[in-house]
Amino acid sequence: MTSHAGISINGLNKSFGETSVLKDISLDIAPGERVVVIGPSGTGKSTLLRCLNYLDRPDSGTIRVGDLTVNPAKASRSDILALRRRTSFVFQNYALFANKTARQNITQALITVKGQSKADAQARADEILRETGLADKADSYPAALSGGQQQRVGIGRAMALDADLMLFDEPTSALDPEWVGEVLDLMRRVAEKRQTMLIVTHEMQFAREIADRIIFMSDGQIVEQGTPEKLLETPEDPRTQAFLRRVAKTGS
Amino acid sequence: MRALDFAYMWDLVPVLLGYVPLTLFMALVGMFFALILASVMAVERVFRVPVLDVFVRLFISFFRGTPLLVQLFLFYFGLPQVLAFLTTIDGVTATIMGLTLHFSAYMAESIRAAILGVDRSQWEAAQAVGMTQTQMMLQIILPQAARVAAPTLVNYFIDMIKGTSLAFTLGVTELMGATQKEAAGSFLYFEAFLVVAAIYWIMVEALSFAQRHLETYLNKAYAR
Ligand SMILES: Nc1ncnc2c1ncn2[C@@H]1O[C@H](COP(=O)(O)OP(=O)(O)OP(=O)(O)O)[C@@H](O)[C@H]1O
Ligand SMILES: [Mg+2]
Repeated sequence: MTSHAGISINGLNKSFGETSVLKDISLDIAPGERVVVIGPSGTGKSTLLRCLNYLDRPDSGTIRVGDLTVNPAKASRSDILALRRRTSFVFQNYALFANKTARQNITQALITVKGQSKADAQARADEILRETGLADKADSYPAALSGGQQQRVGIGRAMALDADLMLFDEPTSALDPEWVGEVLDLMRRVAEKRQTMLIVTHEMQFAREIADRIIFMSDGQIVEQGTPEKLLETPEDPRTQAFLRRVAKTGS
Repeated sequence: MRALDFAYMWDLVPVLLGYVPLTLFMALVGMFFALILASVMAVERVFRVPVLDVFVRLFISFFRGTPLLVQLFLFYFGLPQVLAFLTTIDGVTATIMGLTLHFSAYMAESIRAAILGVDRSQWEAAQAVGMTQTQMMLQIILPQAARVAAPTLVNYFIDMIKGTSLAFTLGVTELMGATQKEAAGSFLYFEAFLVVAAIYWIMVEALSFAQRHLETYLNKAYAR
C-alpha cells in the first residue's frame, strides 16, 4: 500500500434549513489511524461523514487531505472530485451499482475514475474478491447477493480506491444479525493494514477492539474523545456517560 | 355484401411487402435520432440547466401539444417557404424529422421519469467513488433508467411505425401510399386496406414479441 496523507478538518459547519447539524467540528486524523465515532441518533454523525466527501456540501470550514484543501466558499467542481478521489465511502445500505456485477462494482471506478486498463482493474478486483471471500460471486449482480455479501463488495469497492481516508457509515446496521460478523471481520482485516478509517458504528465491542481513538458526538459537536479504554471506561462528560449507560442496557 | 377477392389479396401481399423496408427505415432512423434527442432533453430536464431548460420545456410542450400531421405539414410545406436554402424538402426527410421531434418530446418525459426513479443511493455511490456527472449518467444512471423506460419506449416505437403512414399525405409512396394507389386501380378498397392493416399488425406483433425478450434481458441484473 502506498503511503497515505493525513486529514485535517477545521471549523466544519453544516445546517439543513434552520437546524444546525454540525457545529464547528475540528478534527485531525493521522495516517493509518482508525477513528470510531459514536453518539446518539440524529447527532450529525452521518452528516459529518457525508461532508467529508461532499455528498453534503458543508456551509463553512476546511477539509485538508495531504496537499489538497477544500473550502466550500470557493470549492470548484474539480476540487470536489479531487477530494472524493482521496476518500472512499461505505454506505449503510451498501449502495452497490445495481446494474453491475460484483466484479464490475469494483472495476468501475478503477477504469472510469483512475483510468486503469481493463486488465489491471480486473486483476485488482479479483484480488479483492478473493480477500473478501467473494471470488465465486464475481459475476453475480447485487440483487442475487445476501446483505453481508453486498456489504463486503461495498467495502471491496472502497478498498480498491486506495483512498487516504475510508469512511464507514454504520456499515452493519442494515444487516441481519447473521451477516454482521463477516462484515466486521473484513473491516478488521482492512484495519490491520493501517488504512486510515473513520467509522460510525454502534458495535461497541468492535470499536473497542480496532479503534485507536473513539469520538463521542452529541448535538453536532465533538463532546469528548480518547482511547477506547479511556472513553468507554472513564468518560468525563455526563452526556457520554448517559449515552454509554443507555447503550450498555440495550446492547446486551 | 360481396365475397372478398382472396386471389387479389394474395397477389397484393408481395407488392405491399416491397414497401415494408421504407416504412421500417423511416421508423428506425426516426427512433435513432429521437432516442438521442430525448435522452439529452431528459438529462437536461433533470439538471434544469438555466435558460436551456426554458427552451426544452417549450419544445416538449409544442411537440406534445400539436398533432403529428400538423407538424409534418409544417416541415414539408412550411419550412421551404421560410428557409431560403431549402428550396424543397423531400417527403421521407420531412417524415423522419417530424417523427423524430414529435416522439422525442414524449420519450423525453418517459426517460426523465425513469431517471428520477433511480434510487438516490445509486447517485451517491457514483459520486462517492469520484465519477464526474457525465460518467455517473452514462455508466450508472442511464442504464438503470433504460430498464425502466424500455417498455414505454418500445410502445412509442410501435406508434412511430404506424405514424410513418402519414408520409403518404406528403406524397411519399410508402406502404400506405402504395396501398392507396393499388386500391384506386382495382377499386377493391376493402381488400387492399385489409392487407395493409394485416401487414402493420404483424410488424407490431413481432415487435411486442421482441419487447418481451428485451425486458427479460434488461431485468437480468435484477433477478434474485
Ligand atoms: N438532507 C437532509 N435534510 C434535512 N435534514 C437532514 C438531512 N440530512 C440529515 N438531516 C438532519 O440532520 C440531523 C443529523 O442527521 P444525521 O443523519 O447526520 O444523524 P446521525 O448522527 O447519523 O443519526 P443516526 O445515528 O440516526 O444515523 C438530523 O436531525 C436529521 O434529521
Ligand atoms: Mg447516520
